[in-house]
Amino acid sequence: MDFELTEVQRDIQKMCRELAKKELQPNARKWDETHAWPESGVKKLAELSLLGVAVPEALGGAGLDNVCYALAIEEISRGCASTGVIMSVNNSLYCDPVMKFGTDEQKREFLVPYARGEKLGCFGLTEPEAGSDAAAQKTIAVKKGDEYVINGSKNWITVGPKADSIVLFTMTDPAKGNKGITAFLVPTSTKGFNRQPPDKKMGISAAWSCTIYFEDMRVPAKNILGKEGEGFKVAMSTLDGGRIGIAAQAIGIARAAYEEALAYSNERKTFGKPLRDHQAIQFMLADMATEIDAARLLTLRAALMKDRGARHSAESSMAKLYASEMAGRVTNKALQVHGGMGYSKEMDAERHVRDARITEIYEGTSEIQRIVISASLLKE
Amino acid sequence: MNFELNETQSLIRDTARKFAREVVAPQARKLDREALFPKDVYPKLGELGLLGVNIPEPYGGAQAGVVSYALAMIEISAACASTAVGMAVTNMAAELINAYGTEAQKKKHVTALATGQACVGAFALSEAHAGSDAGALRTRAEKKGDRWVLNGSKQWITSGAHAGVIVVWARTSDAGNKGLSCFIVEGGTPGLIVGKAEDKMGLKGSNTVPLTFENLELPLENLLAREGDGFKLAMVALDGGRIGISAQACGVGRAALEASVRYSKERKAFGQAIGGFQALRFMMADMHTRLQAAELLCLRAATLKEKGLPFTREASMAKLFCSETSNWVCDRAVQIHGGYGYIDEFPVERYLRDARVQTIYEGTSEIQRLVIAREIFKTVST
Repeated sequence: MDFELTEVQRDIQKMCRELAKKELQPNARKWDETHAWPESGVKKLAELSLLGVAVPEALGGAGLDNVCYALAIEEISRGCASTGVIMSVNNSLYCDPVMKFGTDEQKREFLVPYARGEKLGCFGLTEPEAGSDAAAQKTIAVKKGDEYVINGSKNWITVGPKADSIVLFTMTDPAKGNKGITAFLVPTSTKGFNRQPPDKKMGISAAWSCTIYFEDMRVPAKNILGKEGEGFKVAMSTLDGGRIGIAAQAIGIARAAYEEALAYSNERKTFGKPLRDHQAIQFMLADMATEIDAARLLTLRAALMKDRGARHSAESSMAKLYASEMAGRVTNKALQVHGGMGYSKEMDAERHVRDARITEIYEGTSEIQRIVISASLLKE
Repeated sequence: MNFELNETQSLIRDTARKFAREVVAPQARKLDREALFPKDVYPKLGELGLLGVNIPEPYGGAQAGVVSYALAMIEISAACASTAVGMAVTNMAAELINAYGTEAQKKKHVTALATGQACVGAFALSEAHAGSDAGALRTRAEKKGDRWVLNGSKQWITSGAHAGVIVVWARTSDAGNKGLSCFIVEGGTPGLIVGKAEDKMGLKGSNTVPLTFENLELPLENLLAREGDGFKLAMVALDGGRIGISAQACGVGRAALEASVRYSKERKAFGQAIGGFQALRFMMADMHTRLQAAELLCLRAATLKEKGLPFTREASMAKLFCSETSNWVCDRAVQIHGGYGYIDEFPVERYLRDARVQTIYEGTSEIQRLVIAREIFKTVST
């Protein structure tokens, strides 16, 4: 048992921390306010091989482990939560399933340029009436010759407005429920792939998401990812990894809020002394620091298990559940430490609260995580 | 980074788990109901190496490290928190003498503690008016010829009536924290007066007494470390002690969760096992998640201590989080059991009573937050 990071892990952490400080943090507020895509940030991620962290070097990635990946996402999200989730989507939700389920030919076309950061991928599972309840989806793929004709829609597709390809989940056999789901790799330039304007959200405003309509979109059968009917497995295994990414994102957001609150409490004076000398403030900060550490340990444990190839569904869910709810508590307390300034757009505290809020919802709500955890605990 | 146990750690955990199930757990309820001190259990724990888990073999210990110690504490605590706290204090006293004692002191007292010959050890720091605020201690030790003479009273001394070796803090000068020194007192020494055992809310199988020293005489060699080192020793011991209490909290919390899972599968309401209801399932998911986080915080602090790295901040975070979590988990366990949770036919009300002291002793949650705040503010420039 050893909680110390390896040299490589420390180097990645340091590199990402510097990138976040120099390139992301100074722009994050502006990107949020103007709902601008963080172009320069994403470009930097590509340059530093951070869009395919755990993809082997031969396939265009950085060839690092999932602990490095989680540490990297935390640091990037500490600078900008929107950039953090863009990174998480391309790594966990796109590259990961292509790497795990793709054929060699698919990997050449749909993985290498994405891991290199030349192109961006996204993940299309959620529909207006089917989020975590994947079997309820209505997007239909009908086989015609050696092609499938896809009709339906997906929404809340993060990175959707900018993506070059999508891992798309469809029903090929609605009667079979979960076993009737099939995943496809689809270039977004395909005819019939119609994107709507970016969603207007409470937070992570720079991480564009949108609704996508598929109208008689024809996709060759060779673009099936995994096997026909295996889509549910692809989705669930992907989400196990994705939840590690979101847990790490939540920790990064919480750390931004906490570190700013710590600095503010050092400067701001009330009743003749700095805020930091008031016990109520000290205790809030102590709780924040403790909970951030607890969340990070759960997250790194899940990442270590993924690296070992061990089953980690429950561990990923515990990390995601705890880290996201922790981020909610910590960002709110940080705002409180800032008082009126916390509510003002002149500082970042309010953005952190808005950015943290989504982490309890996407890639499986807290309620879904509790369903996963309790099923594992009660061994059903 | 690697969260796997090594062979020694697995062995100690398994040994402790087996002993906990076979010997400790079956008598836990009786100890609680009758406020009985498990005197006979300690020599057996000593035989298994569990009273000196982090003590070198030549002094009777298991020499298995701090992580192993924490793992053993979790297992014994899951069976009986009272038995476990006596084990924790014995390990603590043995470690302190092992770290600061002379060869003769180690040979005699560490061996007696680690093997269980001393039954248990005790740690006499707190006084009626001074707990975490050690600088305010009043018990005095005066050098008279070739003897130290101790006078004063201690409060809340765990295992005080049964301990063969007691580490006592006393004032050797008026210089605040720097005027404190540490002494080794053997049980039964003339002048050591054991007061009436406290009637407590929980941990009833643990003996908690006031100790009074009336012209208690000690040979000079019973001074531990140097004169004036007492405060430093107290702080070092408490950092380590916090890992022990964190582990105790993890163990009690785990027992409460396991009882809840079991009960929720058996008990039926509205035509189905209550484990099928989402409200209860979600409670248990949260209990499980927080306990896992608690255990990781506890083991992280243990690995740092084992490597000889600073661990003050991490030990306080572990103690704070683990003890608050175990209280919350035990409270939820009572809730899941409904009326049965409130009666002593089921163990969860005992777990809740036993857990309650964890946010108090070895530094309250408030003290832990002070320590953490002090440590985190070191990271920002003033």
